[in-house]
Amino acid sequence: MADPVVPTPDPADRMPPSRLAAYGAVLASRIRSQRSYRANFYTDLGASFLIGFIELAEVWILFHNVHALGGLTFRNILLVFGIADLSFSIAQMFFGHVDRMPTFLRAGTLDVFYLRPQPVLLQVITSEIGLRRLTRALVGLGSLVIGLSLNEIRWTVGNIALLAVTLVSAFLVHSAMLVWAGGVQFFLVSGAEMTNAFVYGGRYAATQVASVWSTPLKVLFGFIFPMAVTAYVPALRLLGLPGPMWLPTWLAWWTPAFAVWMWAFALWSWRQGIRHYQGGGG
Amino acid sequence: MSEPIIATDGLTREFVRRTRSGKLLRDKTVVRAVDDLTISVEAGESVGYIGANGAGKSTTIKMLVGILVPTRGTVRTCGLDPLAQRRRLAHEVGVVFGQRSQLWWDLPVRESFSILAAIHRIAPGRAREREAELVGRLEMGDYLDTPVRQLSLGQRMRAELAAALLHTPRLVILDEPTIGLDVLSKQRLRDFLIEERREHGTTLLLTTHDMGDIERLCDRVLVVDHGRLAYQGSLDGLARTVGAQRVLVVDLVAATPDLTDLPDVVHLGSEGHGLRQRLAFDAERTTAARVLTEVSNRVAVRDLSVEEPDIEDVVRRIYQSQR
Repeated sequence: MADPVVPTPDPADRMPPSRLAAYGAVLASRIRSQRSYRANFYTDLGASFLIGFIELAEVWILFHNVHALGGLTFRNILLVFGIADLSFSIAQMFFGHVDRMPTFLRAGTLDVFYLRPQPVLLQVITSEIGLRRLTRALVGLGSLVIGLSLNEIRWTVGNIALLAVTLVSAFLVHSAMLVWAGGVQFFLVSGAEMTNAFVYGGRYAATQVASVWSTPLKVLFGFIFPMAVTAYVPALRLLGLPGPMWLPTWLAWWTPAFAVWMWAFALWSWRQGIRHYQGGGG
Repeated sequence: MSEPIIATDGLTREFVRRTRSGKLLRDKTVVRAVDDLTISVEAGESVGYIGANGAGKSTTIKMLVGILVPTRGTVRTCGLDPLAQRRRLAHEVGVVFGQRSQLWWDLPVRESFSILAAIHRIAPGRAREREAELVGRLEMGDYLDTPVRQLSLGQRMRAELAAALLHTPRLVILDEPTIGLDVLSKQRLRDFLIEERREHGTTLLLTTHDMGDIERLCDRVLVVDHGRLAYQGSLDGLARTVGAQRVLVVDLVAATPDLTDLPDVVHLGSEGHGLRQRLAFDAERTTAARVLTEVSNRVAVRDLSVEEPDIEDVVRRIYQSQR
């Protein structure tokens, strides 16, 4: 017979979990639940891939007919499309549900978030994760890799850093767009139509050749919602091409500043939304 | 320490409703959902917060926990400012909104509990003990691994209650916890709450339309009407104030003349030539058993039911008595 084992009390058993554990636990459960509906999940993955692929095909068809647009060839635009769509679809994966506030409001989920000891916005963000968008991100990644290999890019330390900074900043800009839209939707319960014009219009703008835009469009999607700066301008910089009027390529290094601006705007919008909600939707 | 666990002073909440009048013009009307409410609940008390639909109960609760901003007046819950200190307050308060779910509909009950334990940063050992305690008392053992979406209403409400109480809050606020439940489920929920209060000294604030909840669970009632405090005091006092009467409905074996001369009983009406008769009596002066005996002495009774005074009725009477 073995000696009786005296259980050593595990000190970790008496330690409160870290602040991050809460978000981790929710996210992990979301991932498990998506995987438990397998057929549904695979269909979603397929659909998401198809959407990404059609977006890319659209660009390809356009360039099949014109060869060059605003000084860019199809090879060049693959790079723009890759940066824009990869960062957009990852932002969608983590933040895509934030601009569906009416759903949260109608289900009363938001009231429940108020009863928990975490910031409401962080709870909304971590309440879901759109894994199905992985396949769309793959289309973006594929386009980016092909774009990088087909074009002659000088792989200096500066250019590598620029690419990394651009991808992160572009992700942040697209995420902020979704948070901004979420804030607005507190005021307009059916406001998704309006915000979609900017969120999805913005994504579309990010994949386009901004040199052919009119000045108002350059102001709107170049600076206010800085889409052109998230992919087009950095791509020009990487390719060593000159920027059009209003969008010089040195702006490529300013994408983090644009990300900060977008997040400041997004948090301000969210705060207004939350205040309005606490005001009871008057 | 002597600070009340809930204290409001002149708490008022207005909503602006915009209604369309004509093609472009919109009318603004201000609706006062909560009107100059001053209440105080001591730690350890159990208080029923009652009123008709739309009387301002849920609006008050939302202000108590920091979901809504008051238009005027002040509110302190657990000695904290619910707006500025919402996250600290969340550790002290457990809330069940009968119509809103805290649980993850696609997860087994057990997983919802472990996520909530992480959310409230409860140490794993402590969380296990508390979960075991709640699962035992609420008899949830046989459906812990069932996804929430497959639970019956009674099972789900028990799980909701456990979810709200997992972090052992000092103050528990329940908004219509027994709505839609059958008699047995209601009973189980009430027994649990009584035991929980005895063990942990939890303060309870409860809104309900069910007189039984109030009678079993509450030491004191607050009645709101149109956002104003209409009555506060004991339940007995409430019944006395409004003269709430219970009604005994008897189905008789044979058609019988109206039973108008029973002691302490008012005959309310008859159906089917006196086959069914409705008899009101004052619970202060007599009992249902005595009335039934009196009736049985005269005529054979086939079936019976007792109607409790409903909250709407009680509130209506208070409102009328104040004018």
